[in-house]
Amino acid sequence: MDLIESYAQDLQLMRKTWTKVWVMGVIVTLAMLPWFASEHAVYLATLVAMYTIGVQGQNLLIGYTGQISFGQAGFLCVGAYSFGHLSRMGVPWPLALPAAGLITALFGVVVGFPSLRLKGPYLAVATLGFGIAVYQIFVNSTLLSGGRMGLAVTKLSPLWGLSSVNLSYYLNFGVALLFTLATYNIVSSYLGRAFVAIRDNDIAAEIMGVDLARYKLLVFAVSSFYLGVQAGLYALLLGYLEPNMFTFSETITFLVAGIVGGLASVEGAMLGAAFVVVVPFVFSGLKQAVPALFGTAVILVLLFEPGGLAGCWAKTRAYFRQWPFR
Amino acid sequence: MALLSIDNLSIRFGGVQALSDIALEVQSQQIVTIIGPNGSGKTTLFNCISAVYRPQLGRILFYGEDLLSLATHRVAQRGVARTFQNLRLFMHMTVLDNLLLGRHIKFNKNPWHAVFRLRKEEIKHRRVVEELIDFLQLEAYRKTRVSDCPYGVQKIAELGRALALEPKLLMLDEPFSGLTAEEKHEVAYLIHEIRGRFKPAILLVEHDLRLASTLADTMVALVSGKKVAMGSPPAVLNAPEVVSAYIGGA
Ligand SMILES: Nc1ncnc2c1ncn2[C@@H]1O[C@H](COP(=O)(O)OP(=O)(O)O)[C@@H](O)[C@H]1O
Ligand SMILES: [Mg+2]
Repeated sequence: MDLIESYAQDLQLMRKTWTKVWVMGVIVTLAMLPWFASEHAVYLATLVAMYTIGVQGQNLLIGYTGQISFGQAGFLCVGAYSFGHLSRMGVPWPLALPAAGLITALFGVVVGFPSLRLKGPYLAVATLGFGIAVYQIFVNSTLLSGGRMGLAVTKLSPLWGLSSVNLSYYLNFGVALLFTLATYNIVSSYLGRAFVAIRDNDIAAEIMGVDLARYKLLVFAVSSFYLGVQAGLYALLLGYLEPNMFTFSETITFLVAGIVGGLASVEGAMLGAAFVVVVPFVFSGLKQAVPALFGTAVILVLLFEPGGLAGCWAKTRAYFRQWPFR
Repeated sequence: MALLSIDNLSIRFGGVQALSDIALEVQSQQIVTIIGPNGSGKTTLFNCISAVYRPQLGRILFYGEDLLSLATHRVAQRGVARTFQNLRLFMHMTVLDNLLLGRHIKFNKNPWHAVFRLRKEEIKHRRVVEELIDFLQLEAYRKTRVSDCPYGVQKIAELGRALALEPKLLMLDEPFSGLTAEEKHEVAYLIHEIRGRFKPAILLVEHDLRLASTLADTMVALVSGKKVAMGSPPAVLNAPEVVSAYIGGA
């Protein structure tokens, strides 16, 4: 029996005891991963956590607010190089990381301006233009990109007896956890409602008093902030940067994660991030097959389960909740 | 001073003069119904008032302020809410969230409260919305996605969303269309109740002349974008232009 006694209770992040138990279980298991998993598995989990951040940000923009953007690679490039240059100037990473996010957010606002006029595919093309322009600028400017050798970035050094692999894992896992929590909080607030209202019916939203320009620019800023932070973590993990890391195929990876995981779902963003990290790893001996697998997955999702992996997950849960009465 | 006073309002789309030289006053707490055949400009009039369309000529004063100088979302802040002839709900949100979105202008909007899950404001507005849900008898559909609700419920949810804004002027565009006879009576009764309880002025567009005249204090008839009659319901219904527009099939 599900009895709600107050509105505050109804607005909790996790209401049911059972949900609290298994979510805590998952978090504790992930926190102990380095104890029982191989170093390689920990590294993969680091990448999944990192991608979760950016895909979560993309999801706020595309999934919740319905602003189709193809500029992800451009934002990642701006974020990663902001972090790289700041770190080379001697800014410590705990400061450079949010700073990279903020600089990217600023670019997000600028790129968001066309969204005040353009919708759907037209907006997508405008943002695609941004992504390509950023890539071209970096390829053609050795000052920005660090030239042929790439831009070297200081990596994390081992700390508190943790190996650098484990340290990177905890850093990415912790940041991903924070961003995921923030996303849950945002989408269940007045902000999330305004975003979804713009996606579902922008005219009605405006007539109900939602300032479209403000919220569209805000969601561009917020989503770019997420991408910028992911890119900073990426630079910190790899230790060097080159423009070729940020081609259009990176945008495609993000879109695949968004669609396969399930748009407008926080769990979907996590599952999608896991998908685009784990599939290329499993098929690492067969690299040419990865784009085809991504494409097939997207088509299967669009045909059979538009809710993506998150939709499957929700249906499974509903099934067991009602079992055996079906 | 009239709550809403429209003067010399004209708007054309290419070759179509959708409204010409409309003048209209609505007093606070008054119900004004607008009748007229299809295409006579009723919805266009609503769209001008809610700043979706920008008329070429005229003034729309609300509490003495010209609504035409405002951005669309600011009109809501002045206390104007409406429903749509063809529903414009947020289809993937629950009924509850649709009504909460109706409170948007009343929220103390602090993004940090959203990010850190400080929910005082949410709870405050949830209380107001729950009262509305009670009043509109939407309890059973509170957490149902609007797209999964029956049409009649969707219409009431849209009415609820408009009421959540606490409008001084409530505009209802064909609130009875598509409803069964029974639902029509329910909605007519609701409108009557809304007037008694929330005391907004109501501008109402309706096809059904009988329903329109029972609810109206004042009636306005539009034909091809022109105001052909205005006054008490019986007087308007008997005006020769109205009779010929409806019976003559103009
Ligand atoms: N956005 C628009 N573009 C072109 N013509 C329009 C537009 N909106 C309304 N009209 C025209 O204005 C006239 C009045 O339409 P409308 O206000 O919808 O009528 P009603 O609501 O009384 O049935 C119609 O001839 C319609 O075609
Ligand atoms: Mg109409």
